[in-house]
Amino acid sequence: MCLGIPGQLVEIIDVEQHRGMADIDGVRREINIGLVLNEPGGLKVGDWVLIHVGFAMSVLDEEEAERTLSFIKLMGEVWDDEKAQFSQEAPL
Amino acid sequence: MSEGAGGASPEDIVLERIEAFRRRRPKLKDEFINSAHGAGGKASAALIDAVFLEAFRNDTLEGLPDGAVLDVGGGERIAFSTDSFVVKPRRFPGGSIGDLAINGTVNDLAMMGATPRWISSAFVIEDGFPIAELREIVADMALAATKAGVQVVTGDTKVVNKGAGDGVYITTSGVGTVAPGLRLDAKSVRPGDKVLVSGNIGDHGVAVLIARGELALEADLPTDSAPLNDLVAKLLAAAPNTRFLRDPTRGGVATVCNELARAAEVAVVLQESAVPVRGIVNGACEILGIDPLYVANEGKLVAVVPADETDDALAAMRAHPVGADAAVIGEIRDDPPGIVILNTSFGGNRVVDMLVGDPLPRIC
Amino acid sequence: MKFVDEYRDPAAARAAVAQIEALAGPLTERSGQHLKFMEVCGGHTHTIYKHGIENLLPESVELVHGPGCPVCVIPMGRVEDAIAVAETPGVIFTSFGDMMRVPGADGNLLEAKARGADVRMVYSPLDALRIAEANPDRQVVFFAVGFETTAPSTAVTLLKAKERGVTNFLVFCNHVTIVPPVKAILESPDLRLDGFLGPGHVSTVIGNRPYRFVPAVYGKPLVTAGFEPLDILQAIVMLVRQLNDGRCEVENQYTRAVHDEGNPRALAILAEVFELRPHFEWRGLGFISQSALKLNDAFADYDAELRFNVPGVRVADPKACQCGEVLKGVIKPWECKVFGTACTPETPIGTCMVSSEGACAAYYNYGRFTRAATIPVRAAEPEPVA
Repeated sequence: MCLGIPGQLVEIIDVEQHRGMADIDGVRREINIGLVLNEPGGLKVGDWVLIHVGFAMSVLDEEEAERTLSFIKLMGEVWDDEKAQFSQEAPL
Repeated sequence: MSEGAGGASPEDIVLERIEAFRRRRPKLKDEFINSAHGAGGKASAALIDAVFLEAFRNDTLEGLPDGAVLDVGGGERIAFSTDSFVVKPRRFPGGSIGDLAINGTVNDLAMMGATPRWISSAFVIEDGFPIAELREIVADMALAATKAGVQVVTGDTKVVNKGAGDGVYITTSGVGTVAPGLRLDAKSVRPGDKVLVSGNIGDHGVAVLIARGELALEADLPTDSAPLNDLVAKLLAAAPNTRFLRDPTRGGVATVCNELARAAEVAVVLQESAVPVRGIVNGACEILGIDPLYVANEGKLVAVVPADETDDALAAMRAHPVGADAAVIGEIRDDPPGIVILNTSFGGNRVVDMLVGDPLPRIC
Repeated sequence: MKFVDEYRDPAAARAAVAQIEALAGPLTERSGQHLKFMEVCGGHTHTIYKHGIENLLPESVELVHGPGCPVCVIPMGRVEDAIAVAETPGVIFTSFGDMMRVPGADGNLLEAKARGADVRMVYSPLDALRIAEANPDRQVVFFAVGFETTAPSTAVTLLKAKERGVTNFLVFCNHVTIVPPVKAILESPDLRLDGFLGPGHVSTVIGNRPYRFVPAVYGKPLVTAGFEPLDILQAIVMLVRQLNDGRCEVENQYTRAVHDEGNPRALAILAEVFELRPHFEWRGLGFISQSALKLNDAFADYDAELRFNVPGVRVADPKACQCGEVLKGVIKPWECKVFGTACTPETPIGTCMVSSEGACAAYYNYGRFTRAATIPVRAAEPEPVA
């Protein structure tokens, strides 16, 4: 449950009122940042957040994102290596 | 799913049943009109079939074209089309109801291969509507008409009680001339033909949705409303065997492809990675959970062209200001007939079905 | 789009699928049965169909769609209640788009709107609060649906309403929680599942710990998954790896958005505003205890169920409807007797066909050809023009 879209926080409009401005590929919408202000690491302009029904639910961790992607890429490389090895070893 | 040895699996049987069902004439079960009937999808089709076709039955109407090509004797043919404009808000980034009113009918005529010439314009105006705003709308219409090379030659005005209208409704009808021998028809489409689109899709629908202000989105996105008759003339000159043209207005590219697939009894196979969409339209659609394939366009066309004329068709469109981002987005196959398939950028595929009701933003 | 495009890379997809095939193959050969993983999130169902993931997967892996669509599980009686409130004079009834076409016994909210009710679609509960502030002489009701992902947003809105002294804003609360239906599924005797794809966005709020009972008590692995197609494939790889390694635990694939402890602030806000209902009826699953939220006493003035006379009648599902079995993953959409004939997206009998997340609607709209039919389609892909 589920439509959460990543957007970049481009402005903190009013920190007391929990109002921020998010940019999603050029589309802007005011979002409520109240649920992510206390996240470890704090919240700053430029951070990426997961947005659901106008609320930021979580700050997206770029390092973790990188790790996930490289894991996926590694899966690919390992697989390619294995396939290459296999095709070399297997007699026709 | 594993298949049974030899015969069709139970799943196959059900899929057969759905496909047969999908191809059937949609049935009208409603007693009252609702917003789905105007959305351009299945409900609209059912309404047109059960109410209008039933009553007005004739060969020209049967094909359900956006306009009619008529024989006026002596080998001459004219094209005739009509459209109503009720958009709200009446003014949005890049245009107004006035631009749509002229360009919409000009484009319907152009899709039949006609040279649009004359437009009529009927206004239904609510008591109390500001004349200053009416002047602005009409000024937009005049400018659009000049740009499109057409003249508004007749019209009508009615005033209704306050509350009985929605500000102003405009209906335009248009007449154009059709060159001898020119035939654009879904039934001319053949497996192997290519499907092209003249540029980025989804601009208009998203621009209007944002302009309505209900969803609190801000974006620098104007409507794509534009006359396409000049583009069509250049396209037909470069690709004289073009089979079919249609402008993807309400219901979007997906609806046009479905109508084509059904009318021609072919499969339309689209390549997701080839469909041109602006980043900003994609962003808005992702936020709202709508599919750009179903969003309205007011300055784009879908063309089906024989394979050997595709390169020339594409070059001709790309050389034109309103066709700069034209692209080949798919092709026609013979199987499975009546169905539109999308090969996803991810490597999978899925069916692109007819729209059910208005595309509603989702949260889930 | 950042955080989106990278997770849609087709080359990485092929690698992931190859991995799944390599790992799942030996397992299924040993057992003689293919692997069945259930995803309990409507958003996952949607992604799977939208990107055509199911026909990328090898025969050895099958995805089963569970009751993770909060729109699908709302029983008809509650929709009737919503319509009754919407038709009360002076009410502005606000709702997310998803709920507008869900059928009650006598039609849906869109039809009520056609009959004259002031029904308005909103993107966020805060929009509904704004409408209330702009229309002080009307009663503005927000139709709150969704799992733990959406409930905090409703809660924050209620806190704001209280803070600002808004007295004409009310919530018709139908928020549900994810753990009870998962438990109900696991308790179900007709089911054979090998693992779960955990609901990524619910987990941003509740974290991963609430799912520990799944491996601990029922011996099934669970991997919390994101919503891009690569997230789902990677989660499947992680599940199959667990089975291969003989492990059984809760893992997190969606590490970029989900922390193990969830979002403590969101959880605190939930506790401040809501309490658990003793039981709640789920379409197709029957009554499940402690599975839904209601406004607590401190917010009684904002509770639409207290302000209005809702009929509260229990409307039985139509006899032909097999939504319950589909929601439990016992049958596939196409196995339902009325699928594609009496029950279609234009004439839905059950909510599985109405919501775009419903397994039936997703399957019908996005379709699924047998593998034999898909192969010619893929082999003859048109070359994209440079």
